Amino acid sequence: MAHAATMNDVERYENQLTPGWGKLMMWVFLCSDAMSFAGLLAAYGAVRLGSSDWPVPASKLDVPLTALNTFILICSSVTMVKALSAIKHGDRKGLLGYLAATMAGGATFLGIQAYEWTHLIHEGMTISSNPWGVNTLFGATFFILTGFHGCHVLSGVIYLFCIFVRAAQGAYTVENNSAVEIVGLYWHFVDLIWILVFTFVYLIA
Amino acid sequence: MTGTTKDHAEPNYWMVWLALAILTVIELLVARVQGARAFVIFSLCALALAKAALVAAYFMHLKFEKYALILVVLSPLVLSGILYVGLVPDAITHIHWLMH
Repeated sequence: MAHAATMNDVERYENQLTPGWGKLMMWVFLCSDAMSFAGLLAAYGAVRLGSSDWPVPASKLDVPLTALNTFILICSSVTMVKALSAIKHGDRKGLLGYLAATMAGGATFLGIQAYEWTHLIHEGMTISSNPWGVNTLFGATFFILTGFHGCHVLSGVIYLFCIFVRAAQGAYTVENNSAVEIVGLYWHFVDLIWILVFTFVYLIA
Repeated sequence: MTGTTKDHAEPNYWMVWLALAILTVIELLVARVQGARAFVIFSLCALALAKAALVAAYFMHLKFEKYALILVVLSPLVLSGILYVGLVPDAITHIHWLMH
């Protein structure tokens, strides 16, 4: 009995300190992923500062369309957090609806980004060249940064779909919803990173 | 799973959404300002960081997590800062080279 009581004390103590392995591991992954983006953005800044022929982004990129895309991603973050809130209140229909809305937001973001890429490529901008006679790294940094982020969005939509299927099977309840919280952390991180990419790549002239 | 999360009332997520939308509009307006380049760049960076902080604090619930987890999560910010400071000499050299 004394041994069991000790173990309970240890478990209680650990529960106060740790957020659970799934959530903690997602945070660890997000921290390392944040460093990946920090490296890319630092490289972008260094290349841009060292260039005498860097174009004004707004003159080559579609800022209003991308602002709309940013807004869509922000909206999908709200629906994601509402999905978690719904299941915490035992609302399974709400969970499914908000998860579907979040996936739709992510898919729309990807669609608009694909349209933008197609338009730029048709104009002649590639990862190694552009038709405007400006620094060729303009295209390289643009496609690598937005492409790397786009891969995260695509992964997020697939991840959300897996959670949606499990939710439709009734896997999540008021007491058991950590998987929804963890996919939410990932999705909000993707939104957070885009806020920075949008500012540095599109807005700063 | 919520062992580290402090007990708290649910934030008003729609207010956070509204704040993010308003900050995005302000960003677009600031980006159109002609001249005062340093002011524009500083303002855009500050607005982007404010938006990122709102997402992390309220949507990722970082504001309601225990102090230890917040410290762990914020560590990449410090490391990123060191990364950027490390690049400053290189960037300054480039700028100096371009100006001559």
